[in-house]
Amino acid sequence: MNTPAVNHQNNYVLRSVEERKVRFIQLWFTDILGTPKSFSITPAELEDALEEGMIFDGSSIDGFSRVQESDVLALPDPKTFQILPFQKGNSELARIFCDIYNLDETPFEGCPRHVLKRTLTKAHELNYNFFASPELEYFYFADHNPAEPLKLLDNGSYFELTVADLSSDLRKRTVLTLEEIGIPVEYAQHEDAPSQHEIDLRYTDALTMADTIMTVRLVVKEVAQENGVYASFMPKPLEGVQGSGMHTHFSLFQDDKNIFHDQNGDRYLSKTARYFIAGLLHHAHEITAITNQWVNSYKRLVSGYEAPIHISWAHNNRSALVRVPVIKKSHPESTRIEYRAPDPACNPYLCFAVILAAGLDGIKNSIELPKEANENLFELDDRELKKAGIRPLPMTLEAALREMEKSELVAETLGDHVFEWFLRNKRSEWSQYSRHVTNYELTRYLPTL
Amino acid sequence: MEKALSELGYGHREIDDLQSINDLEPPDGWFGAVIAADQNEQKALEICRELRDRETKVTPVILIVQTGLISRLGTLNDLFDEFIAQDAQFQEIKFRIYNCVRKFGKNIHSSIVSYGPLALNLETYQAVIAGRPLDLTFMEYELLKFLVSSPGKVFTRDTLLTRVWGYEYFGGARTVDVHIRRLRAKLGEENAGLIETVRSVGYRFGRIHW
Repeated sequence: MNTPAVNHQNNYVLRSVEERKVRFIQLWFTDILGTPKSFSITPAELEDALEEGMIFDGSSIDGFSRVQESDVLALPDPKTFQILPFQKGNSELARIFCDIYNLDETPFEGCPRHVLKRTLTKAHELNYNFFASPELEYFYFADHNPAEPLKLLDNGSYFELTVADLSSDLRKRTVLTLEEIGIPVEYAQHEDAPSQHEIDLRYTDALTMADTIMTVRLVVKEVAQENGVYASFMPKPLEGVQGSGMHTHFSLFQDDKNIFHDQNGDRYLSKTARYFIAGLLHHAHEITAITNQWVNSYKRLVSGYEAPIHISWAHNNRSALVRVPVIKKSHPESTRIEYRAPDPACNPYLCFAVILAAGLDGIKNSIELPKEANENLFELDDRELKKAGIRPLPMTLEAALREMEKSELVAETLGDHVFEWFLRNKRSEWSQYSRHVTNYELTRYLPTL
Repeated sequence: MEKALSELGYGHREIDDLQSINDLEPPDGWFGAVIAADQNEQKALEICRELRDRETKVTPVILIVQTGLISRLGTLNDLFDEFIAQDAQFQEIKFRIYNCVRKFGKNIHSSIVSYGPLALNLETYQAVIAGRPLDLTFMEYELLKFLVSSPGKVFTRDTLLTRVWGYEYFGGARTVDVHIRRLRAKLGEENAGLIETVRSVGYRFGRIHW
């Protein structure tokens, strides 16, 4: 039974589809690994879909299959209806995010959006609103054939067709497209590595932001593809240059007030903020498998490329895992913390859920914040780090999985279904990778052994 | 009554049977109805019912009644939008008609709200900026509609949250800021200034020019 508000929203969607002559509506959701999934329906099917959802066979989706029942229900969230600026032929295309339900209309345990919603509800119960603002890095390549060496876009010597700033032009077009669909971009720039770009998004509540990240990844790839180019969010596509991260800024609000801010706190940081950071540091090793979920993610988390490798925090130290940007006194609402581990190939729903859960646990248990790490941690050796009480982040996917498996916090946040499926799936990824004989081994060992 | 209608700028037809309501209806529908219930009360109420049940409803319906009927009007509430006592003064009649049309009237033109380059069609939920369609989400549309309806007025975040989102929503006042930014992004750089931030108060859409 729909509330009047939902009926009103549904009417808005139906009427807009009719007025704008939308031919196809894509129903979007994500699997447990954050891969976008969608099926298209026609306007004729839309009304029923909004009212009753669309039944589909979940066994075709990674992590959606269960033993007894494989059918699930995708129920569109009318508030997320958006016409997309990619026309198919002459007709408009629209998307709408879905929540996945069981046939008995209980939330489906394998739906990442539910995982985040559940964690946000816990925060709401304490009257906390959780905001996120990510910086997505990615590369442009000429194509993505794994058999060929990667060809960069904005390095003349690698890419013959180069008009000097094709890739900057692509980035500009991407930003314009994003703004057109209501995704304000704070900042967009060329990153350190050749052909690497960064798009910083303005904060929204964490659920909207997770949806937004799914949209941004698609828009970046779509705009690139329209121009015969391939965009990738792979964490570390090239050895020897920086990888792609998704540093994300977080803040907690109570009504209109940023509760990370305290006019009298050390550099305006409140007690709550300190507990939150402490919680994050306390659980960092347990949540890394979620924030950095691929074998390749750990090739980014190495020394020397501004990626964090130690569990530490600081105000202005880019080797720290949690950075607290210094704010202007006149902008108390901008007090925030930056978590620097995640990469843009994570599942943003799960990533935000575990980060929030870790922070809340810090608040709940008043976990004491360790000393700020002012030194450049990349320059300290293991003994010095140990003396300073600074632990490393897991160095491989396998190590991260071992930490995650022991974590009550992650198990509770993800729920049994996601937790167990994720571990199984990732163990199998690790075992395939371990069996693989790499080029590194061949070039290094074959000539001598 | 006739004088009041014509002074307010409305033409009218006198009709005394149900059939003529359909036969004489102008192409864009009746603008409203004044029903004289002071002579034949039963028939008048029957006509009211008919007007409500039609496929193209007629609003507002204004009932002229004998003072005796007024006490029984409560139970017939759904049949009319306003009543005028048969012995009312001219100024009262005029004022009541005017107010009633403003509250309940659905002038075909009133479904378009516009300001400068921006226009919203409240019937079709569509928004246009400088001739270009804006593809808004539901909440963005609702927020813009609210703002455009009161140009020049400053609204606090709390007011916007209560009036646009209603109590169902729990996102905090920051949600308003997020949606304002999304709207500005969609309006495009040249029109983003239509929505002004009024420091430490809230937001204002456009200006009143006098």
